[in-house]
Amino acid sequence: MTNVHVRLREVEKIFPGGVEAVARMDLDLAPGRVTALLGPTGCGKSTLLRLIGGVELPTAGSIEIEPSPRIGFCFQEPRLLPWRNVRRNVALPLELAHASSEICRREADRRLKMVGLSDAADFLPAALSGGMRMRAAVARAFIADPNLLLLDEPFAALDEVTRLRLDEEVAALVREQSITVLLVTHSIAEAIFLADEVMVLSPRPARIIKRFEIPFGERNAALRGREEFGRLQSEIYEVLLAGMGDAA
Amino acid sequence: MRYPRIILRSIWPPAVVVLILLSLWHLAVVLFSIPEFLLPTPWSVLQKMYEQWPRLIAATGRTATATLVGFGLSAVIGIVSGSMLSLVPLARRGVYPLTLLLQMVPLVAIAPMLVIWFGYGLPSVIAAACIVSIFPVIAGTLDGLQSVDAGLAEMFKIHRAGRIRTWWSLGLPWSLPSVFTGLRIAAGLAVIGAIVGEFVGAFGGDRAPLGAIITSALKQNQTSTVFAAVALAAMLGFALFGFVNLVGWLLLGRWHESAR
Repeated sequence: MTNVHVRLREVEKIFPGGVEAVARMDLDLAPGRVTALLGPTGCGKSTLLRLIGGVELPTAGSIEIEPSPRIGFCFQEPRLLPWRNVRRNVALPLELAHASSEICRREADRRLKMVGLSDAADFLPAALSGGMRMRAAVARAFIADPNLLLLDEPFAALDEVTRLRLDEEVAALVREQSITVLLVTHSIAEAIFLADEVMVLSPRPARIIKRFEIPFGERNAALRGREEFGRLQSEIYEVLLAGMGDAA
Repeated sequence: MRYPRIILRSIWPPAVVVLILLSLWHLAVVLFSIPEFLLPTPWSVLQKMYEQWPRLIAATGRTATATLVGFGLSAVIGIVSGSMLSLVPLARRGVYPLTLLLQMVPLVAIAPMLVIWFGYGLPSVIAAACIVSIFPVIAGTLDGLQSVDAGLAEMFKIHRAGRIRTWWSLGLPWSLPSVFTGLRIAAGLAVIGAIVGEFVGAFGGDRAPLGAIITSALKQNQTSTVFAAVALAAMLGFALFGFVNLVGWLLLGRWHESAR
């Protein structure tokens, strides 16, 4: 798979009404690496992700993504269509790309197997638990073989145990396929666990306060108990807190 | 066994209310000795219905044809125009307020013009049924499409879905509950529209539909016949409403609260 390189230069986003969400941001997402954006609520990190995803256009600056990306998106909410069963929800991106129904079905079943939801393929979303719905959303994000994955606080609404488990599953999936990933999260532990690089953002308008290189290789449940993990967590917390203090 | 029980459970309360009302009506006519040309008893209405059954059932068939075609047209045109208004913001701002005219202009006032335009008989009656029932479908469709979940719409945008594709795969299914609310209202209005259209533009004699039977019976003080025709028109309305409900339940029952 060809990995994509994302390059933001002097990117600025001011919403109608004058709210400045992102201020002259330079950011590089290295191919095949997971980058986490960590910052307080409303700091503009989701806006940054939406700018990269093409949902919003920057007011100034440039965003280059090379080569042309196949983007997988996973939102805070599962965003499943309530009238479609799980399989057809997962297949939606392929359907929208005019893939044949046979390919849609085959690929959806493959991705559902990957996230352990094969048995629920024919269920409607209403019949699933919150964790299962999020798994379906993850399967959908992966269905078009994305080379750029954008994760917008994907598991924020879930209970802690489900969240940790899904973090482990996603960590395994993105490393297996070496996809370029941008993760937006509030959780320091989640950022360290999933990412190769963590960028701490200031309160709005978003600017990068500090970058942290995450030195861990393999990601598994045991990682969270390691002393370096805890130390890094405290260090990032201090930076985050100081950044918020600056704004106040 | 589940569905007959559900149907039975939803039928018996209104059936009891109808029986009570019919009994009170009968009692009032007998107690106050009301003459039949003013208010016949339910029993004499039933008798009249039995006596004139072949004529009345044929008339009901004619009214049902006009109602169904008028309702079908208002459903199709209403959903298509509601969708167009949603897809083209300028058209929405310019045309939607004017569609209110369909709701506000009294049908009785325009029915004679429909006869001039479409001639006597079925076409003008169909037009009346369609005109009077189309607005709730347009409004329901437009409301549904305007209230599509922003997150889901964003997801379609991310996947570069075109407007027509987004309408078909997201907007239309999302707005179905609201469309069916409009269709339920339209079902009743279509019957009213057809009857009023028949008052003005229907043939009489052997080809008379219910509306024409009502007007001719009124002129001859045959109040029982009027009531019998009105009762059949009401049953037609109930049947159409039930059909719309059934289709709504089949399409929405599995996933939307409104149809459970």
